[in-house]
Amino acid sequence: MNKKRITPLEATNTVKKSIVKRRSKDNRLKLYGRIAIGLAVCFLLFLFYSIFTKGYPGFFQYYVTLDINFDRDRIDPQGDLSDNSLFDGEASKIVNESLFSIIEPKGRKAKKQAKKIVSSGKDVRIAKMVKNNPSLFGTITKVKFALDDDIDSFLRGYIKRETPESERRISDKVIGFVDKLNQDGRITYEFSDYILKGSASGNPEMAGIKGAFIGSMLTLSICLLISFPLGVATAVYLEEIAKKNRITEFIEVNINNLAAVPSVVFGIMGLAIFISIFGMPRSIPLVGGMVLALMTLPTIIISSRAAIRAVPPSVRDAAYGIGASKLQVIFHHVIPLAMPGMLTGTIIGMAQALGETAPLLMIGMVAFIVDIPNSVMDPGTVLPVQIFMWADFAERMFIQKTSAAIIVLLGFLISMNAFAVYLRKKLERRW
Amino acid sequence: MFNFYLLIGIIFISLLFFIIGHNEAKNIKKINNIKLHSLSHYYGIFVLLASLLPSLGMYFIFTIGDDLLFASLIQNYVPIEVVNSEDYNFTIVLAQIKNSVEGLIFGTPDQWVTDAAEVWKSWVYQSQILTSISCIFTAIISGFLGYRKINHKFRSRNAVEKIVMSILAVSSIIAILTTVAIIFSVVFESIRFFALIPYDDFLFGTVWNPQFEGAERAGSGQEGLSQYGAIPLFAGTFLISIIALCVSVPIGLFSAIYLSEYATSKERAFFKPLLEILAGIPTVVYGFFAALTVAPFLRSSGSVLGLDVASESALAAGLVMGIMIIPFISSLSDDVINAVPQSLRDAGYGLGSTKNETVMKIVLPAALPGVVASIILAVSRAVGETMIVVMAAGLAANLTANPLEAVTTVTSQIVTILVGDQEFESAKTLSAFALALTLIIITLGMNFYALHIVKKYREQYE
Repeated sequence: MNKKRITPLEATNTVKKSIVKRRSKDNRLKLYGRIAIGLAVCFLLFLFYSIFTKGYPGFFQYYVTLDINFDRDRIDPQGDLSDNSLFDGEASKIVNESLFSIIEPKGRKAKKQAKKIVSSGKDVRIAKMVKNNPSLFGTITKVKFALDDDIDSFLRGYIKRETPESERRISDKVIGFVDKLNQDGRITYEFSDYILKGSASGNPEMAGIKGAFIGSMLTLSICLLISFPLGVATAVYLEEIAKKNRITEFIEVNINNLAAVPSVVFGIMGLAIFISIFGMPRSIPLVGGMVLALMTLPTIIISSRAAIRAVPPSVRDAAYGIGASKLQVIFHHVIPLAMPGMLTGTIIGMAQALGETAPLLMIGMVAFIVDIPNSVMDPGTVLPVQIFMWADFAERMFIQKTSAAIIVLLGFLISMNAFAVYLRKKLERRW
Repeated sequence: MFNFYLLIGIIFISLLFFIIGHNEAKNIKKINNIKLHSLSHYYGIFVLLASLLPSLGMYFIFTIGDDLLFASLIQNYVPIEVVNSEDYNFTIVLAQIKNSVEGLIFGTPDQWVTDAAEVWKSWVYQSQILTSISCIFTAIISGFLGYRKINHKFRSRNAVEKIVMSILAVSSIIAILTTVAIIFSVVFESIRFFALIPYDDFLFGTVWNPQFEGAERAGSGQEGLSQYGAIPLFAGTFLISIIALCVSVPIGLFSAIYLSEYATSKERAFFKPLLEILAGIPTVVYGFFAALTVAPFLRSSGSVLGLDVASESALAAGLVMGIMIIPFISSLSDDVINAVPQSLRDAGYGLGSTKNETVMKIVLPAALPGVVASIILAVSRAVGETMIVVMAAGLAANLTANPLEAVTTVTSQIVTILVGDQEFESAKTLSAFALALTLIIITLGMNFYALHIVKKYREQYE
């Protein structure tokens, strides 16, 4: 026994000394935890900040106000307001003349450059106006036209006046014209009527998300129509009816596996099965919705099963006690009580499906489609894919429009998720 | 549109049968003044199902079958010269004919294509008539047969319940069918790919340079222009996943420890959902963020430091992906740490240890399997993630460990190969399926392993 014995006083002193160290270690861990959460929240805030500051201007654009002489003979030569007749008309020429009367370009070259100031969608705009309101004919009305995206970028300050002319996308002459229009007070910056009402377009000033938005809605409704009944039916079968045996176990394993399969693989399956074998057309919301439905099915099944399990057995026993059959118990009692939980899971699944891109790329929803889809069989695209496509374009204005589209998408996702949380809070019963 | 109207028609007929059946049951009850076996609406539902289900089955067989039937029949309309020519490909011929049917005509098609399209159109017309007649006929006949069964002794509730039970059982099989479809679609094409390219070239080759076969032939018979060595893709995936883990593991783990051990319940209720928002943001938004904000930032800060950062770098993609998978680690680990029994903590405190010591020496080791499982799940998410790498990591198949260079991943190659038009016969297209097969094997393997760990661990404390 040659180990040194310590007195109780020495022992307390040792502990006292070490306790400071141990406490500070404790505080350090707490601090690391706070820093970690702070970093994650900062990332989140920075992400939102960068998207919003980029995207907010995307909802606005520059317009020029011109006095347009609505001469029926020139705009609508056949006089029947048909598409053909309006197409044959000289709407663009009238707009150009009105523009020239203000900025007075000299020579052919100057005129050619001046024409490009106003967006190429000008004739379509006039055609739409006279179609909606034929009484415009014969009047001289002020009409606002979108400016070309290069001019727009110049006015926003992305294209600098100081840059040498050869490196700039717009010439000194055009800048002179724009200054003239500005002096006249004809250029205004206002809420864009293209971003929400326009469709896909190669011209950034005319591009909008309406087509993609409707495509998203069509795809999502197919997805909901397929996945909700199937998911609820599967959950009910597995929880309430099926006996625990090899087959049901196999089904469960399959469902869990499906939840882990990367989304791009679902796209490959859609391509190989629906398009290649069943011969369905590419790019249609129907196939997109089917692929997304298979992808969201596990989410819906898993949350529906949890909701069914949360219904207490006493409810079932009471129903059986007054003579209900098994299916009556399920359909009259269990499903209505589990519905809020099922709906919550479904909404979260739908939000996932709304933001999904990769599988839809596989089945060809990336095609450049100007027409707004009317049915699930018309080729179309969806909001996230539109964002992906726009992100690839070089024009400066597309960055803003892409961010604006992202804001719309995030807005929808957040409200869907908030609704799910609300449902869970309000409707779900605690037993 | 025609199909849609037919569907509406079938549903309408079966609804009519519901009313007929319901009324008949009520009449029997009233006239004979006897009790029916089941409630009267069960008789209506029985007749409805009797009419609806067979006709729906008929409808789906016809709508899915007619295209396949036409495709096999139209072969007889392709002239012998074309079939015997060297570059005959039935898929392309079929696409030509179908385009012509839909009115999409490019250039001037051969006469036989137009003729075949005319034949096809007449078939479509005939099959529409045939489909509608047979579906409506089936709906009425089988509905009538169901109606005939109604009498006071008939146990319609039991019959209806039997049908509904089997519908529920069938819908649960969809999950199996989907798995089968995924495996079927990927494995068969992969086998065809490995018939062209030996699997060890694919798994161990170091050069990834897929070219279309047409381009190969155009290169004056040069064989072996394409190379399908997937090592650079695996390396790129691995590199990006490692970077993502370097971001997400410390942040996720420390957040989880703080949330489960230090935070008040109010803090926890606020921050946990806030972190989970990160997982709910669409990946295309992350991709846009990585490509337009993070990558330029890295590039400019790299040039300040004298580093040459590629405009599409593994670092940008990895960092952003790391942010995305933080909640997978934080939420799951938080759940796991919470599941450690309180008695273990109390024992630690009882011995006089601080919170730090309890967490580090007792709780974390106890929760370690679950934490590892959460990290594995996060990795499997990172490996399968597509949009961020497509938009921010580039397409160049570099075999490099330098995170400042552009790399490519398995998923982004799948997307680049399969987006747009592709000829199904070429090795390039088939290689995407082989890549998908490896991707599935990797992610499912990790998922299995993670779930296995969690299960084993859970049993210990129960």
